[in-house]
Amino acid sequence: MVSEIIYFVTFALVGIGLVTLVLGLSKLLQTRKPNEIKLSTYESGIAVTGDPRIQYKMRYYVFGLLLVLFDVEMIFLFPWAVVFKSLGLFAFVEMLVFIAIILLGLFYAWRKGALKWV
Amino acid sequence: MLSSAELLNFANSHGIPLWAMDAFIAALIALGLFAAMGLGFMVQVYMERKVSAGLQLRYGPIYVGPKGSLQLVADALKFITKEDVFPSSAEPWIFRLAPVVMFAAAFLGLLVLPFGPGLVAKDLNVGLIYVLAIPSIGVAGVIMAGFGSKNRYAILGSLRAAAQMISYEVPRSLSLIGIIMIAGTMRLSSIVDGQGIWYIFLQPLGFLVFFVATMAELNRTPFDLAESESEYVNGYHTEYSGMRFGFFFFAEYMSLFAAALLTAVLFLGGWHGPGPVILAPVWLLIKVFGVIYVLMWVRWTFPRFRIDQVMDLGWKVLLPMALVNILVTGIIMSV
Amino acid sequence: MSKLEEQKLPDKLPDSLLEREFEIEELKSRPEDTIVSQELTINIGPHHPSTHGVFRAIMDMDGEIITRIEPVIGHLHRCFEKIAENRSYAQFMPFTDRMDYTSAMLNGWAYAMAVEKLAGIQVPERAEYLRVIAGELNRAISHLMTYTFSGLEAGAVTPFFWWFEERDKLLDLFEEIAGARMTFNYARIGGVSGDAPDGWFDRVRDFIKTLRSNLDEYYKLLFGNYIFKKRMKGIGVISAEEAIRLGITGPCLRASGVNYDVRKADPYSIYPRFDFEVPISYKGDNYDRMYMRFLELQQSLRIVEQALDQIPDGPIMAEGVPRLVCPPPGEVYAHVESSRGALGYYIVSDGSPKPYRVKIQAPSFGNLQAFTSMVVNNYFADVIMIFGTFDPCFGEVDR
Repeated sequence: MVSEIIYFVTFALVGIGLVTLVLGLSKLLQTRKPNEIKLSTYESGIAVTGDPRIQYKMRYYVFGLLLVLFDVEMIFLFPWAVVFKSLGLFAFVEMLVFIAIILLGLFYAWRKGALKWV
Repeated sequence: MLSSAELLNFANSHGIPLWAMDAFIAALIALGLFAAMGLGFMVQVYMERKVSAGLQLRYGPIYVGPKGSLQLVADALKFITKEDVFPSSAEPWIFRLAPVVMFAAAFLGLLVLPFGPGLVAKDLNVGLIYVLAIPSIGVAGVIMAGFGSKNRYAILGSLRAAAQMISYEVPRSLSLIGIIMIAGTMRLSSIVDGQGIWYIFLQPLGFLVFFVATMAELNRTPFDLAESESEYVNGYHTEYSGMRFGFFFFAEYMSLFAAALLTAVLFLGGWHGPGPVILAPVWLLIKVFGVIYVLMWVRWTFPRFRIDQVMDLGWKVLLPMALVNILVTGIIMSV
Repeated sequence: MSKLEEQKLPDKLPDSLLEREFEIEELKSRPEDTIVSQELTINIGPHHPSTHGVFRAIMDMDGEIITRIEPVIGHLHRCFEKIAENRSYAQFMPFTDRMDYTSAMLNGWAYAMAVEKLAGIQVPERAEYLRVIAGELNRAISHLMTYTFSGLEAGAVTPFFWWFEERDKLLDLFEEIAGARMTFNYARIGGVSGDAPDGWFDRVRDFIKTLRSNLDEYYKLLFGNYIFKKRMKGIGVISAEEAIRLGITGPCLRASGVNYDVRKADPYSIYPRFDFEVPISYKGDNYDRMYMRFLELQQSLRIVEQALDQIPDGPIMAEGVPRLVCPPPGEVYAHVESSRGALGYYIVSDGSPKPYRVKIQAPSFGNLQAFTSMVVNNYFADVIMIFGTFDPCFGEVDR
């Protein structure tokens, strides 16, 4: 177990380190000639006005919530699937009931129009 | 190659702590994978350009190197030496970190992917969950890129991309439950070993859902809403240039390779193929590039969906299909 | 609850009780838990990948739905109408090519027709036929471009590249008769600039043959595609009355069910001699607008084939056309069916070698007007598609 964590951390460090290294290398090699127009934000050739980071009306959070719901469901599903062969019919029916309950939630969200992208 | 027992003896006799030994080996493997991925990136981009050129009655790159094969080396050099413009209004740290997060997430996904029998950095027993979960951290990179750029197109593109990526995560993961039920394990190498018959034949519905969801996860053309150039110019990486953009690009192709590899491992029999064991990685690579070719073919043929149609497809079509797949698999296995 | 129900009861009862309940739920829940959201003002163009030239639109977006649009035109304004007043009649001819650059042949033709009408010049038969052949070929390839361009807007890049091959073949043909590949300057007051070289008609026949055989593939590539249909059908609907009111012409008008084609309604040149149909549809959505173009393209090829069969020998320039055309004082309006709609030239002459006034009635302008009126309450992605189906050419809009 420890070995796995070491591997994971090393991979993460190497990944981040390599990006930083190459970006640093690129910083050394490139010629920088910044000017005001070059550094301005791209806005289809027009000067930028206002902060674009406003409060959108995006149904984005609904999808976030649904993801959490289904991710939790999946956490139960994966171990169940691994030992599925030895569990027998009862566990299968149990899991179907579980999925059905969650599907009911999805269906409710669907009918409420939460799945509509605005 | 040294066996683990010899390494253990070596560590013991020289007084090196085991964790350091592990970390050292892991770092070596990581560097090797990085180099391999760099090469793979070049091969894939060259392939993409040649495939798209072939479909579009063009030649593609022809001047640099034989048949233009060194074009990507030239491009890499250009990426490194190009001025990377740092927009004055951008959030400095979020803007800087976004490509790092994207790249690191895609890179971490490679940890469990087997390239052949025994050719794997760390064969985790939860490999399948890992390979689904860890690359998803890339969504954070997408949001950071959009938010940090303070660019309207980038923000809208990143929100779209994030919503799409998390939505397709669900059917993508659920479509693999059937495989786990059949294989009874989440270790990728064991799944490959269990494939006397390729799982694509046992799980055709699961494969369909997985493949479509993979396309959406990769943000490739019927689902390239994140960077839909006719709408949001270039999506979340509109403001990026130079090597910073290069890393987005690299991460994209790394995920493409990882996704193709995962498809080959899970559904196409992994490294199984005629011939001696030594040919196993070759078979795997053939399958991987076959999958990549199909993905490119689709990309350069189809138009893209509208964002609400993408969401509908994910939640209202693919998700029920994935659940039906579980149901059918369960019924067939129980009876 | 009952009070609210009574107040908000819709005029027509919904189909199922369930739906009605949900509606009421929504009405109740709206005031309290509405998240305060702002509208994002987004600027498209002049430097944006999908603006067909230089068009700027400032749009307010509520989420991804457009609530307001403010179009800004004039980025490509080159004072053509004023320039015309300071040039002799013949000198203005090259400028016409730069208006609708994708169907330049038709533009020059329209201008030449107007001047000929004003000066009373009779164009020889062969020149008329050559104009028809060149003009209809240009229309065909321009329609094909609009079609493939809408694929580009929907994210399918490949069809556009296929179009390039057809276009290049056609440009080779045009180069042989006109000497140029983009701004042909082919029409002359009283005729055309050059006769067809040997074997040119056969090469045109070959071109039509290959284009026809390729059309099937073009059709399958976009119209046959499920995603494309889903993107196009039922989006951007415009009714016949509305279309007439807004001054739409061309394929976009005919897609709404109005049978108006200048070639049939006010036949000019030698069009009455040809047997062709004007395709018409009634839905008026994106898909129909594009499909009309596809059908018209085939009719254009039909016309060219007939013209190739009928073309007589003879001169290509009217006799006695002076170097410096000085039409008698008066005014004239001549219009042709350009690939984007009715293209008209209104010329006032005061008897001098220069026109007193030239007014150009550009079809794209009317079509653009229609576009801006139907953007609101559509998805941003659809707006781009609607824009593509109207396909305004900004050289022509701004003039």
